[in-house]
Amino acid sequence: MSATAPALEIEGLGHRFGERRVLSDVSLSVAQGSFTALLGVNGAGKTTLSNLVTRLYDAREGRIAVCGHDIKRAPQAALGRLGVVFQSRALDPNLTVSQNFLYQGALHGLPRAEALERGAALMERMGLGDRLDAKLRALSGGQARRAEIAAALLHRPRLLLSDEATAGLDIQARAALVEDMHRLAADEGVGVLWATHLVDEILPEDRVVALHEGRVVATDTAAALAGKKGLAEAFLALTGTSADAGAA
Amino acid sequence: MRAPDDIPAWEAQGWRGWARCAGGIVWREGVRFLQQKERFLSALVRPLVWLFIFAAGFRAVLGLSIIEPYETYVLYEVYVVPGLCAMIQLFQGMQSSLSMVYDRETGAMRSMLISPYPRWFLLMSKLLASTAVSTLQVYAFLAIAWAWGIEPPPLGFVTVLPALILSGLMLGAIGLFLSSTVRQLENFAGVMNFVIFPMFFASSALYPLWRIKEGSPLLHDIAQANPFTHAVELIRYALYVKHNPDALGIVLLAGIVFFAAAVWAYDPARGVMARRRG
Repeated sequence: MSATAPALEIEGLGHRFGERRVLSDVSLSVAQGSFTALLGVNGAGKTTLSNLVTRLYDAREGRIAVCGHDIKRAPQAALGRLGVVFQSRALDPNLTVSQNFLYQGALHGLPRAEALERGAALMERMGLGDRLDAKLRALSGGQARRAEIAAALLHRPRLLLSDEATAGLDIQARAALVEDMHRLAADEGVGVLWATHLVDEILPEDRVVALHEGRVVATDTAAALAGKKGLAEAFLALTGTSADAGAA
Repeated sequence: MRAPDDIPAWEAQGWRGWARCAGGIVWREGVRFLQQKERFLSALVRPLVWLFIFAAGFRAVLGLSIIEPYETYVLYEVYVVPGLCAMIQLFQGMQSSLSMVYDRETGAMRSMLISPYPRWFLLMSKLLASTAVSTLQVYAFLAIAWAWGIEPPPLGFVTVLPALILSGLMLGAIGLFLSSTVRQLENFAGVMNFVIFPMFFASSALYPLWRIKEGSPLLHDIAQANPFTHAVELIRYALYVKHNPDALGIVLLAGIVFFAAAVWAYDPARGVMARRRG
């Protein structure tokens, strides 16, 4: 595959549960080393899209490719380049952070030493270098989220998919996490798709894909979409619903 | 910084990566088990209650004739031990599937399912993990039973190992398949009532098939069709250093069928996961 292939490319994606259509003709692309926000209110289809990209189940229509690898035809090649932070916790609260890294690393075939070393470096980078031996349940919400992100990055994915990763965090923790993600995209060349319903997590230069009732209603930089009105107002005008400004 | 599309970790590691993945899943199941000491105790207490109380009471009621693989009359406690070994595995298989349902509800299972390794391999690793735990439980139980005076031939402790692995895999596969059909954790009580208890009681675990036939030919036929019966018999024969090809064949076949059903159920394109939201 080409080294310049987008980290994520989605074309004409559609899905339904029974008779209920949840995604229609969704197309979007995330370049390697870029940060793209997937903005939509609850129920817009963000989690379904995330489940399809992670191949929890297959899409009925359309195509998904990670770094040029089709998720249906070459699932191993695609999933091996993908890291995911889910809305609900995915790490084991009864294991320590290091033990979770060992397990997550093993799921990607990483040697024990490499998983521990990489996990420690990622935790250090996130300011949690001293929490490796703590049980996950002993961490605060923000710390646990950072550990989840570190676990998702252990195997050096080319695409990080985050589904409402800031759920339950306070404003400061959210801001710090979003800043981390921007730095990660820039420093490591990882494409980030950041699903959120909070406009204050989006910087003016970020690309935004606005999703409403399963359809992409706008794609542009946040600054261009916002114009003079501000992003929340612009989203309201596009969808008739209000994206959360994020104030606690 | 790495090249934008270089080889992902799993691919670079080759067969070692596959082994690490399977080892990681088994390790996590083991750590979980060790952390839940009450789970270990309850796994042992259940068959011990049957052995010490139920079997002692039934000894006087149930007389057994000489049946294979025993070479002489045996006490009821001796007869019931293989069935209790299989019972440990049955409960462990269901416990493991219960944890799959819990993991699915909390989202923790997703981290396993997004591993780049094929889903059949991940499910097989999960089965191996469950079987490893149940095998350890069975040996702990057999050690206590030995102290209680139930002494199969020493070689039986070796020959029973493959039987335990096969029956553990089969019962785990049944649990794995069931976990895909249970939508919520609360519904799992139904599995206890409609799967575990009927499988256990309608089998040769507690009474020999010929005894069941005397009481109810229909129940005898049901017990014959019950794969748990054949898991019990496979263990019983192997524990007494004998081979039961019929039981072996049925356990193998049932294991393959239920594992294939579980792989189908967890298939992203066709299974129940694809038809269910979230």
